[in-house]
Amino acid sequence: MSYFSDIINGTKTLITGMRITGKYFFVNLFTRKDVITQQYPDNIDTLKMFDRFRGEITLYHNENNEHKCDACTLCVSACPNGSLEVFGDKKPDPETGKNKRYLVKHIYHLEMCTMCGLCIEACPQDALEWGQDYHHVQYDRSKLTKVLNKPGSKLMSGIKG
Amino acid sequence: MEEFLTDQLKTQEYFLNMGPQHPATHGVLRLLLKLDGEIIRNVDMDLGFIHRSIEKMCERNTYKQIIHLTDRLDYLSSHMNNEAVCLLVEKALNIEVSDRIKVIRTMMDELTRISSHVLWWGVMGMDIGALTTFMYGFREREMINDIFEETCGARLTMNYNVIGGLRYDLHENFVKRVKEFIKHFKKKLPEYDKLLTNNVIFRKRIEGVGYISEKDAVAYGLNGPTARGSGVSCDIRKIHPYSAYDRVDFEEVIFTEGDSYARYKVRIQEMWQSLSILEQLVDKIPEGEYRVKTKAVIKLPEGDYLQRVEAARGDFGIFVKSTGQKFPYRVKFRSPGFANLTALNKMTQGLKIADLVAVLSTIDIVVPDIDR
Amino acid sequence: MVLNIFTDIHNLLLEYMSEEATHITELILIAAAYLGIFAILGLLLVWLERRVAGFFQLRLGPNRVGPFGLFQTIADALKLVSKELTGTVKADSQLYRIAPYFVITTALMSLALIPFSQEIQAFDINIGLFFLTSVSSIGVIGIFLAGWASNNKYSLIGGMRTGIQMISYELSVGMAIVTMVVLAGTLQISEIIELQKDGWFIFQGHIPAVIAFMIFMIAGTAESNRVPFDLVEAESELGAGFHTEYSGMNFAYYFLAEFVNMFIIASIAVVLFFGGWLSPFGITDAIPFAGLFWFTIKVIGVIFLFMWFRWTFPRFRIDQLLTLEWKYLLPINMVNIVLMALMVWLGLTL
Repeated sequence: MSYFSDIINGTKTLITGMRITGKYFFVNLFTRKDVITQQYPDNIDTLKMFDRFRGEITLYHNENNEHKCDACTLCVSACPNGSLEVFGDKKPDPETGKNKRYLVKHIYHLEMCTMCGLCIEACPQDALEWGQDYHHVQYDRSKLTKVLNKPGSKLMSGIKG
Repeated sequence: MEEFLTDQLKTQEYFLNMGPQHPATHGVLRLLLKLDGEIIRNVDMDLGFIHRSIEKMCERNTYKQIIHLTDRLDYLSSHMNNEAVCLLVEKALNIEVSDRIKVIRTMMDELTRISSHVLWWGVMGMDIGALTTFMYGFREREMINDIFEETCGARLTMNYNVIGGLRYDLHENFVKRVKEFIKHFKKKLPEYDKLLTNNVIFRKRIEGVGYISEKDAVAYGLNGPTARGSGVSCDIRKIHPYSAYDRVDFEEVIFTEGDSYARYKVRIQEMWQSLSILEQLVDKIPEGEYRVKTKAVIKLPEGDYLQRVEAARGDFGIFVKSTGQKFPYRVKFRSPGFANLTALNKMTQGLKIADLVAVLSTIDIVVPDIDR
Repeated sequence: MVLNIFTDIHNLLLEYMSEEATHITELILIAAAYLGIFAILGLLLVWLERRVAGFFQLRLGPNRVGPFGLFQTIADALKLVSKELTGTVKADSQLYRIAPYFVITTALMSLALIPFSQEIQAFDINIGLFFLTSVSSIGVIGIFLAGWASNNKYSLIGGMRTGIQMISYELSVGMAIVTMVVLAGTLQISEIIELQKDGWFIFQGHIPAVIAFMIFMIAGTAESNRVPFDLVEAESELGAGFHTEYSGMNFAYYFLAEFVNMFIIASIAVVLFFGGWLSPFGITDAIPFAGLFWFTIKVIGVIFLFMWFRWTFPRFRIDQLLTLEWKYLLPINMVNIVLMALMVWLGLTL
């Protein structure tokens, strides 16, 4: 009688399914062992991103507030979205007396960036690098436009302009 | 009696607008249903709500810059899409990549495939009404995403392939994590069967529903798991092996029933196959360089180029017409989802609304892939 | 009308008022109390559902607002109260507005018959079970009206599905109850519970009672529109089903009523099969209000079973739903009634 065997087999499969979910329920009820979610704002202090995580583009500054960017604008031409703007200027080098290029403003439009990393690859000086900050939420889009070089920073010595 | 009823009780067909914002259309797809009560008479697909003209954008981007756009097509198989571009350029410029690159690319492909299928499984359950499957699917997907994030730097749009190799070398934890994942997933995949596949309600919902014959599948240009459920052999990994697929041992999963359940089984079995590929490769990643130096400005010689890869949803193709400039003259993506979606009307004739949802999820569409 | 309400309050009121005024005041007090019970029950059950769902789904569920997230649903309810009541332009506005009240009124009416303990039962009528089933079947009108009056095709499909589903499954619920009534020989809820002093009906009636319990659980799930029978809402098919066009408090009425209905179905199951507020083997009979404790425990157990179903099973299709009812549940149910009658006649009950 397939009518009754259908009922019995069907019920069996349902009970097998319920055993799977039930197992997880009771494990989570008593031990929270299988809970896979993170309690996000609570663990914000201990939350550490992987070191390759692509959060934002940053300009490397050393402890003397020096960066490596000589405003060659290769990163600008490598960017597919136009999210980088580099303004440089020239002034005579005190040592050699030749005109030397220096960085005025390195502007980064985070709202346009797709994190493709081409600017970082294009940079001959390795001046740009990934930042691990992931918390970019802003109420105003204009706040996502950032100036990467810190105020008062200057070119690291040894980098040709 | 039936004639009497149709004479006396006038029924009327009506239109139901499903989407663009609807939980079952997996994104911004609009389906215009012509219904008789709950029975579907016709399905019109209205696309283009998330059209970003990526093909046109590619024409103003260099070949290096195209790669990150392909992430945004089928975001669940972004690694395969990236690889297609890289393989195309490497083939055109005769760049020979090392074995290490090939093996890593293959492993990443299979991880992506598993993560895509796992997500599909979760969403499939959710579409049918079993909401819990979604989180179970995500548990495994999260592990893969962590592997990706550690090595590639991102979870979804990995952007790991570059022309001539890979962006970074493998992270030192990669092998350990993949082994952990294989062990974990081998325990959890049978659980999927117990929870959903064997469930009598689920089986009743998808068995014999959404049938498409082998002939029709070929005629509609179906591909990937959707076509393999109808018995069409169409795995690019077997037909035109690329990367390291010619040296791994795996089976092309084919079921001949042609219904939703066959398509479901194909994807479940493909996860097993992907696992076995991963198992074969994880201990045998050859040493070597992870990136071949390429020119700063890549120019393809004049001509037409085509590269096909097996993405999670099927045959992803990229066609490039080059005039010898650093920008391509014309780029065309052949997305698997678009071809698969066209058969929806054929599959759902005379079914119910609930079946449409089930069939749509066994086709496994990703709308940005369809609209590009 | 039998009012098992506390005599102290009754005497207190009598000191200050005439007998009629006391009677009316008591009615108002009971109504207010039950409105409170309705709201608290609904909110607690929503919280419980979300918490249980969290554990099933490898999550924690609401755990931020208050201890264990208990106040989360209250916060949600406050949000819903503050929301604008929207509606479609071409909706049948009167029916549209009236529809949610059908659902909550019937839920409240059924709640009056629930014996929370020996002392706490507002309305112990001698045709209690009959009254319960008939009242709860009015609730479907509210859903039906909502689907019809919203002037939305999704709502309409949802409403039509409700009609089909409720009419079919009411039959099974009714028949399962009748099976147990055959065993009990009375429709009065307090008497049914008293009869289980020697053993709960699920043990007294053994095989037919177990079958009746299973059928009641299946049909009861369908009655309360929960997975695997939630075709009425079916969010992956119909968006939100019949309440697609409802917002704010109107939506909350449906939402709460759904959970209260689940509570009512669970309570009926407890009364019919598990001895209501009776403690197992009469261990706490001497302690006053222990019945409330046992009743709550049992009801939560049955509700947990409902939740277990909901977070495990996929949804039926409309034709499969009808197949299950008319080809499986109904014939089995009919045979089961005969079986039960035979058992009672031959005195085979335990």
